[in-house]
Amino acid sequence: MTLSKVKMPYLLLLPGFLFLFTFFILPIVNLAQTSTQTPIAGGDTGQYEQTLRFANYLNAFTENKEQFARSFIFALCATILALAIAYPLAYAIAFKAGRLKNFLLVLVVAPFFVSFLLRTVAWKQILGEEGFVVPGLRTLGIISESTTLTSTSFAVIMGMTYNFLPFMTLPLYASLERIDPRTMEASGDLYANGLTTFRKVTLPLSMPGVVAGTLLTFIPAAGDYVNAAILGSPNTKMIGNVIESRYFKIVDYPTAAALSFTLMAAILILVTVYIRKAGTEELV
Amino acid sequence: MSAPAKQKDASIPTIPLNARISRWFGRNLISIYAVFGFTYLFIPVAYTFAFSFNDSGKSNLVWKGFTLDNWKNPCGAPEVCEALGNSIKIGLLATIFSTILGTMIAFAIGRYAFKGRSSSNLLIFLPMATPEIVLGASLLSLFLVFHINPGFWPTVIAHVMFCISFVVVTVKARIASLDPRLEQAAMDLYANELETFRKVTLPLVAPGIAGAALLAFSLSFDDFIITNFNSGTLKTFPEFVYTSAARGIPAQANVIGSAMFFLALIIVIAGQFVGKKVKVAK
Repeated sequence: MTLSKVKMPYLLLLPGFLFLFTFFILPIVNLAQTSTQTPIAGGDTGQYEQTLRFANYLNAFTENKEQFARSFIFALCATILALAIAYPLAYAIAFKAGRLKNFLLVLVVAPFFVSFLLRTVAWKQILGEEGFVVPGLRTLGIISESTTLTSTSFAVIMGMTYNFLPFMTLPLYASLERIDPRTMEASGDLYANGLTTFRKVTLPLSMPGVVAGTLLTFIPAAGDYVNAAILGSPNTKMIGNVIESRYFKIVDYPTAAALSFTLMAAILILVTVYIRKAGTEELV
Repeated sequence: MSAPAKQKDASIPTIPLNARISRWFGRNLISIYAVFGFTYLFIPVAYTFAFSFNDSGKSNLVWKGFTLDNWKNPCGAPEVCEALGNSIKIGLLATIFSTILGTMIAFAIGRYAFKGRSSSNLLIFLPMATPEIVLGASLLSLFLVFHINPGFWPTVIAHVMFCISFVVVTVKARIASLDPRLEQAAMDLYANELETFRKVTLPLVAPGIAGAALLAFSLSFDDFIITNFNSGTLKTFPEFVYTSAARGIPAQANVIGSAMFFLALIIVIAGQFVGKKVKVAK
């Protein structure tokens, strides 16, 4: 091997990694520093000094326990719902679509191109008092006159499920599509019924897709604040809403940084445990 | 598998109607379910499209009658086209830079065995495993430390940062699927490394790079959270929608959303068509 061949990969990596180091690693380190700062005595709002005050974390967490819990519960609900909707969808595209396969795959991604904010606002109007869903359900007597659908946890979870559905469907499809249909036929030949075949053959073989899809849904959902801001109410605030308002409205950078860091750490721990349990190392 | 199923069909007339219906449902359950899934995906798209024809005036909340005015004059509402222009400019710049940087990384990781390869993979995975709000907030803190005002270039930098990983993953997958024998063949035919790369490797990886660029553009164009932290007073299209959501979004925004939808659909379908033709030609 020539010397240039040894150097080549590093030369290729250099510009990109320099960029990632400056604008991803450095900010995270800086965020860690900010999270332990305290306000300068007598200074303006938004002025802080480095004091290594780890109590910021404790305060930030105890003040916002509820929003933390809600973020993880909402994200979990949205992930499970998205999995329940996306799995049959991906299955149908992979095994039942025939020549329509590529077209249906495009359809899964297509809603992306209408800005996700426009679609979320559309849901707000569809589920709102002037939409067609609420009056319809009232006429049918399914919900009472006083029940509303917007500004509820239901609306926020539904919105998140909706927005992250393609992120769930695509990896599921990718892993289902790779399954050799003959393995399923073989299972049938060995007298397994449809359900057993699914449980013992299809599902285990599609596990990499399940893991990837649930991660791609759960991680952005846990940090999301747009769905809660548009479809929710002050009672459905998630941790993202708190971080956002600490930054922009209260200019309380240390608390915002401590909250961001806690969120990131919590997610990384959950993800690591989850990948270990699910037993797929292929992801990274 | 289909032959025994057909034999069973022959005995259907003896089975009562309701059993036949339930059997039909049983067999097509997944397809029916998929239809519901697609309906769910497309309800807000259809709503956005329908309300782009609403003769609504300022707030596009209630249906007031059909009009083509919004489509004839998509820039009719204040700020909307300026925001769109910003989004396109930022999207194009972010796509160019992230595609170049990401493709280089993908080649390094996909093609070479070197020390630090697995930690390189980890560095690529981390930005994807970090919630957007943390990426956005931390980058803003850094800009504030260096007294850089949020605005156009900070937003471009932020977009390049989160797009790189997605480009790497997409291009790397394409590189992994290449047949190494094609390059060996080129070398056997006395092509040097550079020629092999230019005439064999690059054309084969090109579809992956194109796909990555398309992905980067759509991620950048539709991003709100990271943008909101780093754009300052500049407004991108998603930010325009977010801020005007409170007082009602003008129908022109629906026109732009719908137009983007159809444009993307045409590009993707045309791309597949061209891809097929290239395959046939080969």
